[in-house]
Amino acid sequence: MTTAAPLLDVAGLTIQFPTGTPVIDFGFAVAEGETVAVVGESGSGKSLTALAIMRLLPRSAKIAAGRIRFAGRDLLALPEPEMRRVRGREIAMIFQEPMTSLNPVLTVGRQIAEVLRLHEGLSAEAARTRSIELLDLVRVADPHRRVDDYPHRLSGGMRQRVMIAMAVACRPHLLIADEPTTALDVTIQAQVLDLLDRLRRDLGMALVLITHDLGIVGQWADRVVVMYAGRRAEEAEAGILLDDPLHPYTRGLLAASPRLDTSLHYTAGPLREIPGSIASAIAQPGCPFVPRCPLALPSCRLKPPPLEEVRPGRFVACPVTTAGERADAVAVGR
Amino acid sequence: MSMFESRRLLRVLRRTVVQAVPTVLGIVVLNFLLLQLAPGDAADVMAGESGAATEEGMAMLRRQFGIDLPLLQQLMAYLGNLARLSLGFSPRYGMPVGELISQRLPSTLMLMGLALVIALAVGIALGTAMAMTAGRWPDRVISVISLIFYSVPGFWIGLMLIVLFSVKLGWLPSGGQETIGGGLAGFDMVADRLKHMILPATSLALFYVAIYSRLTRAAVLEVASQDYVRTASAKGLSPLSVTVRHILRNALLPVTTLAGIHLGGILGGAVVVETVYSWPGLGRLAFESVMRRDFNVLLGVLLLSSLLVILANTLIDLLQAWLDPRIEVR
Repeated sequence: MTTAAPLLDVAGLTIQFPTGTPVIDFGFAVAEGETVAVVGESGSGKSLTALAIMRLLPRSAKIAAGRIRFAGRDLLALPEPEMRRVRGREIAMIFQEPMTSLNPVLTVGRQIAEVLRLHEGLSAEAARTRSIELLDLVRVADPHRRVDDYPHRLSGGMRQRVMIAMAVACRPHLLIADEPTTALDVTIQAQVLDLLDRLRRDLGMALVLITHDLGIVGQWADRVVVMYAGRRAEEAEAGILLDDPLHPYTRGLLAASPRLDTSLHYTAGPLREIPGSIASAIAQPGCPFVPRCPLALPSCRLKPPPLEEVRPGRFVACPVTTAGERADAVAVGR
Repeated sequence: MSMFESRRLLRVLRRTVVQAVPTVLGIVVLNFLLLQLAPGDAADVMAGESGAATEEGMAMLRRQFGIDLPLLQQLMAYLGNLARLSLGFSPRYGMPVGELISQRLPSTLMLMGLALVIALAVGIALGTAMAMTAGRWPDRVISVISLIFYSVPGFWIGLMLIVLFSVKLGWLPSGGQETIGGGLAGFDMVADRLKHMILPATSLALFYVAIYSRLTRAAVLEVASQDYVRTASAKGLSPLSVTVRHILRNALLPVTTLAGIHLGGILGGAVVVETVYSWPGLGRLAFESVMRRDFNVLLGVLLLSSLLVILANTLIDLLQAWLDPRIEVR
């Protein structure tokens, strides 16, 4: 953590739908140039959080509480035309499904050029030249020819590269990647993540990596925020979190990941799982993880445990596993 | 347009032409045989009109028109004429069918063209407006209006438009193609023609406005939920740019398909509208030749309209190949 104000600061974010509240009092911060991974299973509210930062939530959703500050501005208070100048220029986003995230009837060149013409006022010709450079930057082979191709002629990995080229076209300060590699082959995954990491360093961007795959966290993220049922369960530096997870949910997740460095193999024994499903978190008055938690105390069922900073930069919302570390704890609950 | 793209369009064009020839031949033969099923012939009608006729006189008429020959021979003669690019002769009008049709064709084409343009422009605009306000009051109001357009017959709308705009308000002429004896030229003539076209074209178009607005509404709503629309918004585009550049272009595909199919229907509707507005077009010519059993003229009109439909569908194919690069030759 740096002492300067973070680039992005999300605090107390609560997103409501008429049918429920999928994100509750969620928060995290991203410093300049940093990579923060937001990890959680499907339905935990990761993508909604990302869309809330972009202010692109579906119309039925409402931000009921919270604050999103970006580079000193309150994004939730910006008028829509100003927010449009932030989108694509200062904060860019790439999505999970490269197959459907590009418009099928426009060439990839036009789709990249569109963002350049919009935000940088480039002429059609200059934008085209720059699009070719960007395709080259994201390592698309033969960019001069590819620029006139339609998305259906490209593979999934290539399309995700095009999405990345589009996202970094205006050198944003922050790139939000929502499950950027989930739909890709494992070999392509590493290439795309390497590419994102290289661009982050070269362009001086911060990166929010939203994923359900703890396997990619250790190699590519500086810090990890573990999200469960719309709340922050744990936050720590990536190495620390992987070596010494404190929240029972994080522990369960790590135990459920197959690791190459252990002797665990499907012939040696079954892969561990977390019993139950995230649906059990609905309408829990206490900790949302209680129905699946092996360590739950009676008090966990009464009210959600506060998020505590057990060590500088290390937050956990579990009174059970942090009992030993609480001597020097600082409560940060609101 | 790139080399690749123009090659693709050429392929579409070639395929359509190859398919068109047998289609047209089939239509001619089928129409010819179907028309023989109608009771009576031109000689009967002429005899009826004159009030009295002798057997010999009618036989002479039939021989003169060539309708006394065996069916197959008549068909062969007609096809032989077609091969020489002639549509035959109309005994009733006393002139070649080709000439007769070419006098009437431009009026009908203009009327249909304007009707189609109105139907597409208004339909797509209303449909988009409905989709963007889906579930709220503008959507509901336009829905009801389009339902009215859809369910009320064209001739009645035509009559009501005449009552309102010609009789009550006196803004627009109630019929005809131009001001008779006006002696207008240049811009004034164009304006006069256009004024005469507005009411008939609108009556013809309203039914299709209803269809295209419903269709556009559904297509826009479907496309709006696609991932690439979210991508476009994430780029910082305004809602208008997102709608025009990313949603509409994809949503127009089903609308253009249907517009191609509807062209035949618009020609059919033109029969009614041309009668109501005394518009000197192909539709009225077809109607009159049915009443007079003037089958050469009718066959010519039918052949021409099938050619029009094929031509329109080719244009739609080309338009779609241009709109959607994923469409390759099947």
